[in-house]
Amino acid sequence: MSIDATHDRTVLPAAPTRELIHPLWVRITHWINVLAMTVMIGSGWEIYNASPLFPFVFPEAITLGGWLAGALLWHFAAMWVLAVNGFFYLALGIASGRFQRKLVPIRAAEVLSDAGKAITGKLSHADLSVYNAVQRLLYLGVILAGIVIVLSGISIWKPVQLQELTAIFGGYDAARYVHFLAMAAIVGFLVLHVVMTLLVPSSLRAMIIGR
Amino acid sequence: MRKMSRSLKGPPGVDARLLIKDAAKLLPDPARRAFLRGGASLGALALLAGCDIIDGPSAERALMQVSYFNDRVQAWLFRPGKLAPTYSDADVTRPFPFNAYYPEEDAPEVDGEDYKLLVGGLVENKKSWTLDELYALPQETQITRHVCVEGWSAIGKWTGTPLREFLRRIGADGRAKYVWFRCAEGYSTSIDMATALHPQTQMTFRFEGQILPRKYGFPMKVRIPTKLGFKNPKHVMELAVTNKYLGGYWEDQGYNWFSGN
Repeated sequence: MSIDATHDRTVLPAAPTRELIHPLWVRITHWINVLAMTVMIGSGWEIYNASPLFPFVFPEAITLGGWLAGALLWHFAAMWVLAVNGFFYLALGIASGRFQRKLVPIRAAEVLSDAGKAITGKLSHADLSVYNAVQRLLYLGVILAGIVIVLSGISIWKPVQLQELTAIFGGYDAARYVHFLAMAAIVGFLVLHVVMTLLVPSSLRAMIIGR
Repeated sequence: MRKMSRSLKGPPGVDARLLIKDAAKLLPDPARRAFLRGGASLGALALLAGCDIIDGPSAERALMQVSYFNDRVQAWLFRPGKLAPTYSDADVTRPFPFNAYYPEEDAPEVDGEDYKLLVGGLVENKKSWTLDELYALPQETQITRHVCVEGWSAIGKWTGTPLREFLRRIGADGRAKYVWFRCAEGYSTSIDMATALHPQTQMTFRFEGQILPRKYGFPMKVRIPTKLGFKNPKHVMELAVTNKYLGGYWEDQGYNWFSGN
């Protein structure tokens, strides 16, 4: 007994741990989304190359699938991962109150002020549990881009069976442009997101171990 | 614009499809293997946990299993009475694009005088049909959007006989699973019976009012606005009603079989 008691004391943490920033469900859905998005974007670029909307194609080296059929197989497999994972993320984000607590309100004046501070290197990232106005805008924006990319993708996939949805995007051809622009918005976000992670490495730790 | 795949054109007089089939028996088909180049990367980790991610064939099998699952999802989504949107004459894409796995000058030349549509499988009357007999069937015109698997789309005006009217006349077993088509150039495809019986699925004899030109599939194509373009066979020589899955030219190379719009 006494040995056990001594042993118990030795494993007690010496100091209170940092506050939990990202609950487990956020971290799991985040990293599943990283994988699904990587496959969707890489295969999507290969699919784009089969019939480009703009006068450029994506280099083969950064596409996934090897040829159109392979890219389509990847795209229509990873879409299930993306959609199911995204659904759980949105449902839990709303039900837990996390979105309401952390992503709103977004005020233009605060966004401009925080953006100015960010550019001049004066924006503090000391407290990772509170998002600044720029973060709130970008995180909410990328969630909306994610919703648009899924809905426009479904419009392109099923322009007859789900033609009412396709019509919302202005028809089949217009839905392809919406799908592409949503991808561009997400990729733009990703570049900034990864750069910020490199500048503030503790944010990466928080997304892995939660604290 | 890049074509749907690598050129699969064989030497003149050689059936490209048979050539490929033969080659596939002997050698790993680079086109089929190529899509696995990224297979050992991050994507594979996401999707193939539990599989040997370095093993190309197992990645391919896993992706094909998802594709078969997607066939079932699409069959479930398909509503027999849901019509593809129709357009006006002014919306027709002119010139309507030619697209095939061969250049336009290699499109098969079918002699309309000798032509006979062969009918087989689970039907009561296997008599073959001359063009005059086919032209005498009731005809309808549709202006619908052709959607290519590559992503582009074009609006065309097609005239012909609803396939379901033809299937009724030949006493086809409507409980059979598939209708399979064989084309003059060796192309083939197969569709589900629900799509075959869709009111807009058409045996097409005319494009924009003119006898179907060679480049669009003379003497007969099957126009299916509820499916991607490659499921709309041109130069159709034979049709069979069957319960046996017979795939198709592109489907056998990894393109999704159902490919519904």
